[in-house]
Amino acid sequence: MTTAQFYALCGVVLFAIGFHGVVTRAHQLRKLLSVNVMGSGVFLVLVALASRATGGHPDPVPHAMVLTGIVVAISATAVALSLVRRVHEGDAGEAPGDDAREAGP
Amino acid sequence: MAILKRTGFAVLVMLLGAGAGAAVLSLPPEWNGLSDTVAARLDESGVTNPVTAVLLNFRGYDTLLEICVLMLAAFAVGSFVSERRSAGLGTGRGAAETSGQGHRGVELPIARPGRVLTGLVRLLAPWIILVSGYLLWVGSHAPGGAFQAGALLASLGVLIVLCDHRLLPRTASWLRRVLLALGFWVFAGFGLVPLMFGQALLQFSGPAAGWVILGIETACTVSIAMVLLLLFVCNARLPSLDADADRARGTGA
Amino acid sequence: MSASGAWMVSLVLAPLLAASIALVVGRRSGPYAALAAAAAIVCSLAGLIGQLERHGAAASAVGGWGSPLGIQLHADGLSVLMLLMSALVGVGVTAYAWGYFGLARRRDEPFNAAASRARESFWPLWLFAWGGLHALFLSGDIFNLYVALELLTLSAVGLIGLANQRTASFAALRYLLASLVGSLFYLLGVALLYGEYAVLDCQRLLELVQGTRATTCALALMTLGLMLKTALFPLHFWLPLAHGNSPAPVSALLSSLVVTACFYAILRLWCTVFANAGTPGAGMLLALLGAAAIVYGSLQAICQQRLKMLIAYSTVAQVGYLFLGFAFLGRSASAVLAWQGVVYYALSHACAKGAMFLAAGSIMRSAGHDQLEGLAGIGKQLPVSVFAFGLAGMSLMGLPPSGGFVGKWLLLRAALEAGLWWVAVTILAGGLLAAGYTFPLLERALANRAEPWVARRVPRGMELASLVLALCAVALGLVAAQPLELLEIGAPFQPLASQEANP
Repeated sequence: MTTAQFYALCGVVLFAIGFHGVVTRAHQLRKLLSVNVMGSGVFLVLVALASRATGGHPDPVPHAMVLTGIVVAISATAVALSLVRRVHEGDAGEAPGDDAREAGP
Repeated sequence: MAILKRTGFAVLVMLLGAGAGAAVLSLPPEWNGLSDTVAARLDESGVTNPVTAVLLNFRGYDTLLEICVLMLAAFAVGSFVSERRSAGLGTGRGAAETSGQGHRGVELPIARPGRVLTGLVRLLAPWIILVSGYLLWVGSHAPGGAFQAGALLASLGVLIVLCDHRLLPRTASWLRRVLLALGFWVFAGFGLVPLMFGQALLQFSGPAAGWVILGIETACTVSIAMVLLLLFVCNARLPSLDADADRARGTGA
Repeated sequence: MSASGAWMVSLVLAPLLAASIALVVGRRSGPYAALAAAAAIVCSLAGLIGQLERHGAAASAVGGWGSPLGIQLHADGLSVLMLLMSALVGVGVTAYAWGYFGLARRRDEPFNAAASRARESFWPLWLFAWGGLHALFLSGDIFNLYVALELLTLSAVGLIGLANQRTASFAALRYLLASLVGSLFYLLGVALLYGEYAVLDCQRLLELVQGTRATTCALALMTLGLMLKTALFPLHFWLPLAHGNSPAPVSALLSSLVVTACFYAILRLWCTVFANAGTPGAGMLLALLGAAAIVYGSLQAICQQRLKMLIAYSTVAQVGYLFLGFAFLGRSASAVLAWQGVVYYALSHACAKGAMFLAAGSIMRSAGHDQLEGLAGIGKQLPVSVFAFGLAGMSLMGLPPSGGFVGKWLLLRAALEAGLWWVAVTILAGGLLAAGYTFPLLERALANRAEPWVARRVPRGMELASLVLALCAVALGLVAAQPLELLEIGAPFQPLASQEANP
């Protein structure tokens, strides 16, 4: 197994761990963190696959994809965080619905 | 039953991981991807850093949409919180009329900034601006670029906001909004110009390409910094974010 | 750049620029920005259709680089039909939202911070979503597809969050998390595909892709991720809450456009990128899930007490029809016919479902609630809205002459040709079940009511917008020839049909 393959495998493992977390954890914040772990896994896979180049210079296209992906992930995380706050503050005094107890992701 | 479900799901995830892992291992261990193609056409792109060339020129359309995503996220987060106070983006009216209402949320326990923090920020501010400008400039031939520079600039903004909570309320609302959209406008504007000369959208080539990309990156740096700062401020809901709320509480300076 | 390329660029950038202007100017500029964007979209779409009819499918290299280095915009019959759907529903919803949110607070209306926030925030968010939809429909690159999907998802989440209730915040959060997980599955698939072929362009991938292990895994991951975004049974858990608790125009957009757009992404992958890698077995599994969705969603819809939840569950059911087309994988002759039926059904479902949610919004505005029990006699108050609801229901049931009938008829013919009797039975049963959840409201609406109504006034424009969309759904049954001809441009389903020839 080459180094690149090892890191790519690590990325897949991170992805699986994150997926497990997002489904099984009940707290919304933990779900959100799990999603970010999944994202890191995918980015690691991309960077690892890019480093397989023989010439010593890694492929820049996956790097650009990772940068774009990180920006998207930041945006989505920020939106999710503000929603988590809104859910936990109980916005307009609405009766608490079926929230954190739900099991689905 | 619950334990069966849990174990079953864990097994499922492991199968998924094993499948994806096997797929990753089945890929060729040595492979050049597009690096040779990128290297061959790097001269035409106007920059010498291959990642910047891909981001701003070869796949600039992705980045254009990504800038849109950032702007959208800042707006969405602002719209989620602006009903209680004009966190960064509200146009003022709704926020002013509701700021007197009680706030049941948890606020960050931020004390008045001490001399250490204020002094540190004073010391750091010029350096952060300098380094951020350097990162922006260096992006054309080495790792760096708009996002890194913008993130650094946003960190300065966060520091200042922590020292002086009225930084954002003091800036005019329209200015905040214009800075937010500036990156997208400049990017789209430069992108549409080649269209008028019968070329493709975002077709940057020739000797001017490097300068066009630098111009776009500069505007994007400002917008990215603004977005990240707003995301922080809106989500943190700093105690005295809103000048009106301050006055209502009698703490305004 | 060719004329068709310029029209494509205008379709994507016009709504995005309008969104940024509405965001910066704020206040009351939103509706006017949307109006300008709608006008630009209709003109560009007409221009694009004109170009495509003359020159066939078009590709346009953004930045002038072309594949494999750059990104291609790609327009064929399938994307044009989806754009047509987005223009029809988008214009209808824009007109409806004009009345729903109002241009400004009326004098007699007490100040409400949440309402004012929704009035101002709806327009930029909707314009971002519109731009995201068009970017998705015109994208010819699997990574660009990911960025467009994220743009669409985030604006949809913002739209759901407009409703000022805790349930809505929770629904928006759950939708966002589910959708992010879906996106990451998709992105991992992209990583595997790129790692194998070093190409992101859909057309190039069609030539290169073979059924290797990494490709199969990528296909599974990407399909799974998009299934979650499309809310295919049993991954529909986020949909009813999100679609049932949003403001009416938002529900209409989500159910008719956003869900269909995610389905379009699946279809694009299976028809273009993976045409040589998708196996009939996997397709059959998807179709079975679709059939299960039809039965489950319809039964749930029949059991609902609230009108908007009923319509939301009906979306869970209708999504099932879209997946029935996968049963025809590897049956070249009937496959094209079936996919034509599916796409036509998606088009008419978007109009019908949009009309239904808009009519439900008018009913809710008038009655103050949407409990089915309390809606007896609403037909006398809102005859136009109830009529629109009935027409839309007719299209969902698949009664002639409606767009739904044409879609189901094509699918039925394909099923009988291919000998897939269970598909035919599901389609017919789904029609009956749709009647089961449409008639209760109509029956109540037309009943007599003892006590007098204390109904609020509903702007005429809102009622008319829902009626026009419902009439579109019916009209699609009368003018089926032209849209089906459009769908032929560039033969989007050809790779699937020729699949059998080179196994």
